[in-house]
Formats: sequence, C-alpha cells, structure tokens
Amino acid sequence: MTNHSVSVKDLTLNFGAVKVLKNLTLDISEGEFIVLLGSSGCGKSTLLNCIAGLLDISDGEIWIKGKNVTWAEPADRGIGMVFQSYALYPQMSVRGNLSFGLKTAGVPRAEIEKRVARASEVLQIEPLLDRKPSALSGGQRQRVAIGRALVRDVDVFLFDEPLSNLDAKLRADLRVEIKRLHQQLNNTMIYVTHDQVEAMTLADRIAIMKGGHIMQLGTPDEIYSRPQNRYVADFIGSPSMNFIDGQLQDGVFARGDLTIPMAGYNYASPQPPGGPATIGIRPEHVVTGELVGNAPVQLDVTVDIVEPMGSDTLVWTEVAGERFRVRMDGHAQVRHGEPLRIGIVPARASLFDAKSELRL
Amino acid sequence: MSTTATSGPAAAAAPRGPKPRRLSVARIGLYGFLIISALFFLVPLYIMVVTSLKTMPEIRQGHLFGLPETWTVQPWIDAWMHACTGRDCNGLSPGFWNSVKITVPSVFISIVIASINGYALSFWRYRGANLFFGLLVFGAFVPYQVVIYPLIIALREVHLFSTLWGIIIVHTIFGMPILTILYRNYYAAIPSELFKAARIDGAGFWQIFVRIMLPMSVPITIVAIILQVTGIWNDFLFGVIFAGRNNWPMTVQLNNIVNTTTGTRTYNVDMAATIITAAVPLIIYFISGRWFVRGIAAGAVKG
Ligand SMILES: Nc1ncnc2c1ncn2[C@@H]1O[C@H](COP(=O)(O)OP(=O)(O)OP(=O)(O)O)[C@@H](O)[C@H]1O
Ligand SMILES: [Mg+2]
Repeated sequence: MTNHSVSVKDLTLNFGAVKVLKNLTLDISEGEFIVLLGSSGCGKSTLLNCIAGLLDISDGEIWIKGKNVTWAEPADRGIGMVFQSYALYPQMSVRGNLSFGLKTAGVPRAEIEKRVARASEVLQIEPLLDRKPSALSGGQRQRVAIGRALVRDVDVFLFDEPLSNLDAKLRADLRVEIKRLHQQLNNTMIYVTHDQVEAMTLADRIAIMKGGHIMQLGTPDEIYSRPQNRYVADFIGSPSMNFIDGQLQDGVFARGDLTIPMAGYNYASPQPPGGPATIGIRPEHVVTGELVGNAPVQLDVTVDIVEPMGSDTLVWTEVAGERFRVRMDGHAQVRHGEPLRIGIVPARASLFDAKSELRL
Repeated sequence: MSTTATSGPAAAAAPRGPKPRRLSVARIGLYGFLIISALFFLVPLYIMVVTSLKTMPEIRQGHLFGLPETWTVQPWIDAWMHACTGRDCNGLSPGFWNSVKITVPSVFISIVIASINGYALSFWRYRGANLFFGLLVFGAFVPYQVVIYPLIIALREVHLFSTLWGIIIVHTIFGMPILTILYRNYYAAIPSELFKAARIDGAGFWQIFVRIMLPMSVPITIVAIILQVTGIWNDFLFGVIFAGRNNWPMTVQLNNIVNTTTGTRTYNVDMAATIITAAVPLIIYFISGRWFVRGIAAGAVKG
C-alpha cells in the first residue's frame, strides 16, 4: 500500500435509496494516469466527487498518499479538480482564479506570484491573466481551470470530462497537452470521460464502469484485446464488435452451418470449456482481399450496405443470420449484392459464456 | 403563371426582404385596450397633480380637469411642513423621516439574512433544509391578519411593542419567506461545480458566500431592494399597529392628514401629500426598473 497514490476501499455511496456505487475498490499507483470510462449515469462523476471529498460516502475508505482521508475536507486531501463546465469564478480575473486557492490557504504573496507565473507559463495563458473568464474562449477557460489545479502543487489531479464542452479539433489539441502535462509533472491523474479515443490515448490503465461497478481495469491494450466480459467488449471499439451466439464443443465454435475451430485461442481457464457461448469478432480483425488465403477460417458472404468513411470502408454483411460488420480498406471496391470472401482469425477473437457473459 | 417578372407589383407579392407590417383588427383592439388602460391610471394622476397646484377658491369652482388659473406651490409646502395630523401640525416631514428610519434598516437586515438563507439552502444541504424551505414557502402564503395578535403579545413580552426596532423586526420577519425563496432560486441556477471548485480551493461557508456568491448577486439584490422598499414604504397596517405614535410612518400620517375632521377639507394639500408619499417607490422604480427586469430574467448568469 506504500506505493499507492490513491486507494479506494469498499466504497459505497447511496443517494437515498439508490445505490450508486457498490463496494468499489480501486488502487492507483504513483504517477499513474487512470481513465474512468463508462456510459452516462454509471457513477463516474460520483466516484470522482467521493475521492475529492465533495460527497459524503456511505461506507468504505479513501486513502491518498498513504493517509486515510475519508473524513478530510476537500482542500486538505492534496487534490486538484477540473470540471466539465470549467467552473471559473466569473467575477475574478484569470489571475484571481488561479490565486484564490492559495490565498485561502494563506500562502505568502511572493510565493503565490511565483506559482501563478509558473502555471501560466506551462499552460501558455500569460497574456490572459488580467481578463475575466467571460472574455475567454472555451479552450482558454479550460486551460485556466487546469491552471487552478496546477498552482496548488497537488499530488493528484481529478478531471471530470474536461474536454467534452470543446469542439473536436480543440479537444484533440488539448488532449495532447494534457498528456504532455502528465509526462512533465508525473502526478497521479484520474480522468473521467465518455470518449473512447481520449481513454485509449491518455490512459495507463482504463477502468470500465457500469452501474456503479468496475467491469474491467486494465491497460488500453488489455481492454481492447482481451475484454473480460461481453459488456466491455461491446463498449470498447468503434464500430463495435460483432457477436454471434452458438455452442462451444471440443474447441470448436458452431452455429448452424458455421463452424470456427478455435485453434490458437488463448483461453482464460486452463481447460477449454464447453456449452452455450458467444463469439466476438472485431470488424477490423476480419481479413479481406489477398490476405484471406492466410486466414484459418474463411467464409463467403454477401455485401449488404457499404459505408465509405475515407480512411476505411465499413461493409455490412450477414453471418449465420446475424448482422456482421467488416472493416475494409478505404479503396475497397464493393457494392451492394456482391459476394465477398472474408477470413477470420480465431486467435484474435473473444469467447464469452452465454449465461455469465464472462470471457472464456 | 409568369416566371419572368422580377420587379413590379407581381414580384412584390413574392416573399422577399422584410415582411410588410399590417394593422390587423386584433392589433387595433390591443392598442385600444392599452390606451384605455393607460388613461384609467393617468387621468386620476393628472387630476391629482393639477389640483395640488390650485388654490382652494379655484378648486371650489369645480373645474376638475382644467389647468390652474393661478399656479401655487403653497399646498406642497403646507403638506410637507404645516398640515395637521391629529394634534400636531408639522406636516408630513416627521412621517417621512420615520419611514426612512423604518425602511432602511428593515430592507438591509432582511436582505442580508435572506441572502445567507438562500445560499445555505441551495449549497449546504444541511439536515432539515428541505423542511425549513417548506416552512418558508408556507410562510409566504400565511395571511398577515392571522399572526398579528400573537406577534403583538410576543413583542410586548420582550418590550419591543410600539418601538422602532419592533416595527423593523416585524418587517424583517414578513419579508423573509419571499426574499429567501427569491435568493434560493437564484443561487439554485448557479452551477454547483462552481461551489465544488471553491470547496477544493479551501474556501469555507463565509468565504464562498462573500468572495464568490455575493459578487454574482447584484441583479437579484436589486430586485429584492425594490420589492422590500416598495412593500415597506407602502405599508400601513403594520406601521399603525407596531411602530407606536412617535414612529408612525408616512402612510399613517398621510391618512391622518386626509381624514382630519377639524376645519375645512384642503383638497390641494391632500393631493400634494399623497403624491409626496407615493414618490419614493416611484423614484425607486424609475431608477432601477431596468435592473428589475434584468434581475428577473437573469436566471442563468453563467461565467
Ligand atoms: N444528487 C443526486 N441525487 C440522486 N441521484 C443522483 C445524484 N447525483 C447523481 N445521481 C445518480 O447517480 C448516478 C450516477 O451519476 P453520475 O453523475 O456519477 O454519473 P456519470 O457516470 O458521471 O454520468 P455522466 O457521464 O452523464 O456524467 C446516476 O444514475 C444519477 O442519476
Ligand atoms: Mg459525470
């Protein structure tokens, strides 16, 4: 527990009768960038507010930097927080916003000036210091909001969807800046988002949340390549994974005429299981074109809908009576009604138990 | 149908450019109604003003609508300094200063308390906050007459009945429900993330209120001032009951001037006195009416 920057132990939070977080446990290492990802209403903001001390928790403990801060005031926890709506103090200048926390903490004036200068240099907001927040653009406001956390020299940064009010281009720019900031400061960061791309690009580890539980905690690659259950598999990836329900028997997945021998598949348990199962295949892992010959399993399908997206083309077909998406090259020449030969690599697929939906 | 015409009357029928305005029957009706309503309020005001500038002999001739033949401001001077309110004949001026002494502290105290109440209710959801707010809303609908007698007894017990502070307390209490609701709803529209950010910055109850919330409260405070000044200045009932003879507000003294039974009725003085009494709320409206509308509409003041 010594090298854990933030530890959440058995955290439970109820709003009246509604259990929003249920026995949630999460250990975050020093300097780690954790992204909390999940659909709306799954409790991401609630978890962040609990760590920040802005909500009174119903049960459990919160440790930051080896100290039990479960009952500590937000300001005494060594955290800084950045909100989706920026939450800048509208009547104060940018300088006032940055220095407010330091003033309340009684930091000497010279030290305040030094820290404000340093933070505004890092975030390149020096020319804006004397403006009011209403005279700033969205991106500038969010920088100031980050600066407000920065000046406080905290160990842990909490971000609640900091980029979701910005347009796509600005979001991409600021995303890179946040990553750079993390490399520069090496603080622990906990970052809430809806956006898969943000999650995959920023995170050391991603926690996928659903209904107040963490469904899977792992590196972006683990989450993408070896999703622990069907929910995570479906949630991550765009376009999302194809699922086909069937039977798993002696290492062969079968659904009607379709049989896929799972040679090379890395099972979660030592003995290959059997019974009703679901196979999941990502559209981008379906082989097409000249390489089809190399794929262990080959199928003939009919093209239904073609969605060209520039860099690649999404083709809708049908496999074993189920909708099946295939991602092809942007130059692929396919048309509605044409036959198409596709290849499947079982080693890259995922198998889930039909009942428990857990990875097999 | 011709498709060649691009100008001339045929083209004018095609929708393009500003939409032509037409005076419809409904519009005429609307304007007619508004003009009649305006006259309904303005004619009495006109009569009051001209009467207050006439001499008594001229008034007795009975030309109600005519302009004064000899203009005089003596009625105004009399109303302010010499008119008799019962035994004393010092005009309205003592009542005016009494009203100022009642209104200023009442408005100030009630607004300070109500803004703190509203702030605490919307941001610090302490135990029983909802019950407290429910009671306040209920309080806003309780008819005054019901509580007057218990209040007299309570104030008498603490020796504040018939004193300046007694009437100030009464006005503060009666202003509290509506003002608290006003402030609570105003603060409820402020994003709670602003409050959370201040908490993380280490600010406490008072710091957040004074440094962050108060500077954002100017529009709603102007609304509150207008409500309270007009309400308290125009009050008659509480003044006559709770203030005591020495502190009777202007409205009570006006009533005494107008209803004095001794001597002849001096309509010009009565009119002048009435206008003077109504002047304060009127001036407040004219100065801050613009702000009033803005404050009411300023539900969503965002940074
Ligand atoms: N003050 C509250 N009272 C009651 N229920 C609440 C309250 N705040 C949040 N909830 C509920 O708790 C659940 C989790 O809310 P939370 O804000 O943590 O979701 P989220 O994962 O951050 O969603 P989003 O991505 O939309 O921000 C939701 O179902 C929400 O309705
Ligand atoms: Mg949220």
